Amino acid sequence: MRGLTFSLVLIAVAVAIFALGRWYSNSYAFFAAYIVVQYIVLGTAWNILGGYTGYVNFGVTAFFAIGAYSTVVLYKLVPAMPLPVMIVIGGVLAGIVGLGTGYLTLRLRGVFFSIATLALAVVVQTLITNWDFVGGARGAYVLRPRAAPLIGGEYIQYLFLVMLGLCVIVLATARAIERSGLGYGFAAIRDDEAAAEASGVPTLKLKLIATVLSGGFMGMAGAPLPYYVTYLDPSSGFSLNYAVNAIAMPLIGGTSSWLGPAVGAVLVGGLQEWLKVVQLREWLGIGVPSEANVLVAGLLMVAFVILAPQGIVGLFQRKK
Amino acid sequence: MPALLQVEGLSKRFGGFIALDAIELEVQEGERLGLIGPNGSGKSTLVNCICGTLHNEMGSVRFAGRVIDGLPAHERTRRGLARSFQLPRPFGSLTLADNLRIPILYGVNARGEGAIAADAVAARCRALLAEVGLGEKADRMPRDLTQIEMRKLELARAMAAQPKLLIADEAMAGLSHTEVDEIIALLIRLNGQGVTVIMIEHIMRAVMAFSQRLAVLVAGRKIADGLPKDVVRDPEVVRAYLGE
Ligand SMILES: Nc1ncnc2c1ncn2[C@@H]1O[C@H](COP(=O)(O)OP(=O)(O)OP(=O)(O)O)[C@@H](O)[C@H]1O
Ligand SMILES: [Mg+2]
Repeated sequence: MRGLTFSLVLIAVAVAIFALGRWYSNSYAFFAAYIVVQYIVLGTAWNILGGYTGYVNFGVTAFFAIGAYSTVVLYKLVPAMPLPVMIVIGGVLAGIVGLGTGYLTLRLRGVFFSIATLALAVVVQTLITNWDFVGGARGAYVLRPRAAPLIGGEYIQYLFLVMLGLCVIVLATARAIERSGLGYGFAAIRDDEAAAEASGVPTLKLKLIATVLSGGFMGMAGAPLPYYVTYLDPSSGFSLNYAVNAIAMPLIGGTSSWLGPAVGAVLVGGLQEWLKVVQLREWLGIGVPSEANVLVAGLLMVAFVILAPQGIVGLFQRKK
Repeated sequence: MPALLQVEGLSKRFGGFIALDAIELEVQEGERLGLIGPNGSGKSTLVNCICGTLHNEMGSVRFAGRVIDGLPAHERTRRGLARSFQLPRPFGSLTLADNLRIPILYGVNARGEGAIAADAVAARCRALLAEVGLGEKADRMPRDLTQIEMRKLELARAMAAQPKLLIADEAMAGLSHTEVDEIIALLIRLNGQGVTVIMIEHIMRAVMAFSQRLAVLVAGRKIADGLPKDVVRDPEVVRAYLGE
């Protein structure tokens, strides 16, 4: 029941944020807020595997892009398909890829698993780049409808609302895991896999559950992307940004609880969006390339790993 | 009645090194077996092969009437095998109470019968910690413990799985005289409740006080197996282990 209360609170917060946006009614704010919320979803999804079980997935872009490109395919086949349905399909596909990859690689420990996921990202990117139906290396255009269905107003408002809904689901799931037997099993795996097995934990099965959930949610986070960018090519779908942010945000916010990735995403994502607006070029007299985002996330991540390995949430917990 | 544990022709190599060589071992239900041998003789390796932490390339292990070869460790734990690790391997991010919660949730409650209700788990964890003398520290983290306390935690975690067969791999190293007596009393009490126990130990006083039968490993081979008073007088055992 505490889970239900929590979900209701999350929904109330989401509704309040959306209402505030409607009142403010600035389309740029919606575009920026979408990115931040997308990163909450992506960071939380990464953390289900990386934070809870300790398996560091470097292949974020593979799962994220599978979601995005599944939307491109669906858009070409069934243009009228509602976005939430596309998100579910993208999530299921990414979850299946997670299951397959997990089955092949989860026997690998530590850094070897991470390298295997990095290889997965390269493989998926190569496949997509050579797949003409989705535009190959040239990329694909997706027409963003002018008006939002159901709620009226600009379509970006609808995209934001959908991402906000997904965010509520992902956060509620992450928190539910933490407080369940599954969460204890994940923690045991992270701490010591042999001891977990000796205590009866079916480690392979639990790791597969984590990979499927994590990969599936990453795919869901990527599914609305084509409508957001309207032009998707491999270099934007597989951008290093996603991988670096999805890992940096939980590490900065704290990997041990559902709140950490959300805090990290709001801070780092917010900072990155702010940097886009302020005229750094005028202040510094130099151009700020888009790679600055990676730099910001990377530097903050290194700083936190060294100075506060428990993340921001950990800093507050220790004071208790 | 067939033995609870039957190890037949079990061999284990690490590369070219033969750590266990055709081990035969039977343990009857309800028995208290002491397993001794010099450092590096293969005692822990045997435990690892019996419990599925390592896989033996030759030989076979039967437990409670079933061949368990090839079963992953967690399946064996669910069938009633539990062990403590010689070098403690606590779950470092969980409190002591939550360390015991893992085998209760995944060992005991996964068996179907005898599940512990959700609201009784916390009390059970605390009771077990109290039994090994860690009751006061239930909410502490493993990093707050001494090496000796970690051994007690290992034992409590193995007990929490409610095994038919408990294997204690040097649970008493470093303990004081009184503490050794407490753990022996605890293991004998457990045995009185029907748990079969294999105790691996270098402290001969504890081995002799505890064991109904004694098996001796030397360099990966079992060189003696019988009543403790006979085994400790066996010339080969004296030469290889006790005399040193
Ligand atoms: N994973 C491993 N890889 C290679 N060699 C190993 C491994 N584990 C154990 N050994 C070797 O196998 C032999 C038996 O080790 P084991 O730990 O079983 O001995 P033990 O009887 O438990 O000794 P102790 O009384 O010191 O605990 C030793 O020579 C050890 O070095
Ligand atoms: Mg040993």
